[in-house]
Amino acid sequence: MRTEPAVEVVGLVKRYGTKTAVDGLDLTVARGRVTAVLGPNGAGKTTTVETCEGYRRPDEGTVRVLGLDPVADAAALRPRVGVMLQSGGVYAGARAEEMLRHTATLHADPVDVGLLVDRLGLGGCGRTPYRRLSGGQQQRLALAMAVVGRPELVFLDEPTAGLDPQARRATWDLVRELRTDGVSVVLTTHFMDEAEQLADDVAIIDGGRVIAQGSPEELCRGGAENSLRFTGRPGLDIASLLKALPPDSTAAELTPGSYRVNGTVGPQLLATVASWCAQNGVMPDAIAVERHTLEDVFLELTGKELRV
Amino acid sequence: MTAVEAGTATSTGTFTPRPGAAPLSRMIRAQAALETRMLLRNGEQLLLTVVIPTLLLVLFSTVDILDTGTGKAVDFLAPGVLALAVLSTAFTGQAIATGFERRYGVLKRLGASPLPRWGLMTAKTCAVLVTEVLQVALLTAVALALGWSPHGNPVSVALLLLLGTAAFSGLGLLMAGTLRAEATLAAANLVFLLLLVGGGVIVPLGKFPAAAQTVLQYLPISALSDGLRDVLRHGAGLPLADLGILAVWGVLGLGAAAKFFRWE
Repeated sequence: MRTEPAVEVVGLVKRYGTKTAVDGLDLTVARGRVTAVLGPNGAGKTTTVETCEGYRRPDEGTVRVLGLDPVADAAALRPRVGVMLQSGGVYAGARAEEMLRHTATLHADPVDVGLLVDRLGLGGCGRTPYRRLSGGQQQRLALAMAVVGRPELVFLDEPTAGLDPQARRATWDLVRELRTDGVSVVLTTHFMDEAEQLADDVAIIDGGRVIAQGSPEELCRGGAENSLRFTGRPGLDIASLLKALPPDSTAAELTPGSYRVNGTVGPQLLATVASWCAQNGVMPDAIAVERHTLEDVFLELTGKELRV
Repeated sequence: MTAVEAGTATSTGTFTPRPGAAPLSRMIRAQAALETRMLLRNGEQLLLTVVIPTLLLVLFSTVDILDTGTGKAVDFLAPGVLALAVLSTAFTGQAIATGFERRYGVLKRLGASPLPRWGLMTAKTCAVLVTEVLQVALLTAVALALGWSPHGNPVSVALLLLLGTAAFSGLGLLMAGTLRAEATLAAANLVFLLLLVGGGVIVPLGKFPAAAQTVLQYLPISALSDGLRDVLRHGAGLPLADLGILAVWGVLGLGAAAKFFRWE
């Protein structure tokens, strides 16, 4: 039954006291792909992931992981699912390699520990106890522990939070290799570039619901409008430009001599703008199509104001 | 379908899924070994489990500042210090270690591993017992060097130590699983100190007022030190009253811990 989804969440509701952390969330995670769960702090990412990991019982809705119930079938699921918590999870006095070796011992056919130690640069931890490792070393150890048992599915809760750029790249490479080797990956992150780089699918969560889902390309194409920018001499006749443009377009002079056209940005629009410039004797410098990044989409969907 | 293709195309990849739990016995053995290493590696714990009982034994056996009744002081002290060793490891040490493991997500993360929870608790118990065997060996050697002449049936002693371990483990885990880690740290040390003084370990219960004695004798530490003393000092057979008190504490403590323990 390899074709059923890795994770299927339907109508998940989870409340803590009077606060609703997850409010009717639907999410399907395909097998063998990397799915990024994005959302502002308090959006319900960790609660959702921890419900899939079997740590919390849904108040409403259903959660299936590899076709099983994460709470009722926990014993059957535990060897098949790798878990990286947001923080902690290791004895304060344990050494990195000791803890990784121990985690490997709990599995039937683990990945070679030495190889993982090299891959994630844990060799430098030596005999240092966990409590004195750097935040980045602790993160990398938690990642290694999540994958050492050769799981079918891994949940990574903010795997690169607090990592330096090199360690981040090493983590990204590892996630890509997991996908190549057929492992399904669910990761939560605050980093848009991480989701753009790694994810086949992105689910944006806000207020305990999925507010957008798709590939990074789909989301960038769909959510926010793209725009065309150019510079010319100040004070061009915007009304005349608008007459030349398709009806769904807008145009504005942002700062003197700097213009933006919004609309269905494509070759046709570019040609229209260029020919209007030619008719009006304007040389459009620095003409550029601005593609929206996932970050633009994210901010547009979730709002720019700081969450308290 | 992509998953199937990816799976077959790279069946030799480093991370190609091959999930499975290790055999249960191997998991529990590995976990017990890890738990024991964590216990023995912790300096503060060693102070509590080894240094303090040994110092008390040596100090009060050799310096006459404590009225331990007739006979050699070490014959009174050795059984009390053995009871203290059980208290320090099964209760104080286990409560503090488990409290911080809970606080730092160790128990949570282990809950996602193939090791079942009862396997984890079995491993913890094994680690406590291994530590106690080491403590008893050390303290016995020290006591014998100080001229201790133990009596009685070793089976009775082992039974007392086991029931004492069950009683203290239940109470320690109850504390670790319900209080904040810092509160557990403070409370476990305070209880250790109070029971050290008021539980017949080094101060004979007879020194307390009669009213206090009637309460203190039902403490698990009093039952354990009194029972051990009955056997090791006076050669009694099975101190049933003391064993009964320990069994009741064990059932209550472990039952409450099982019911109220929160894993995160």
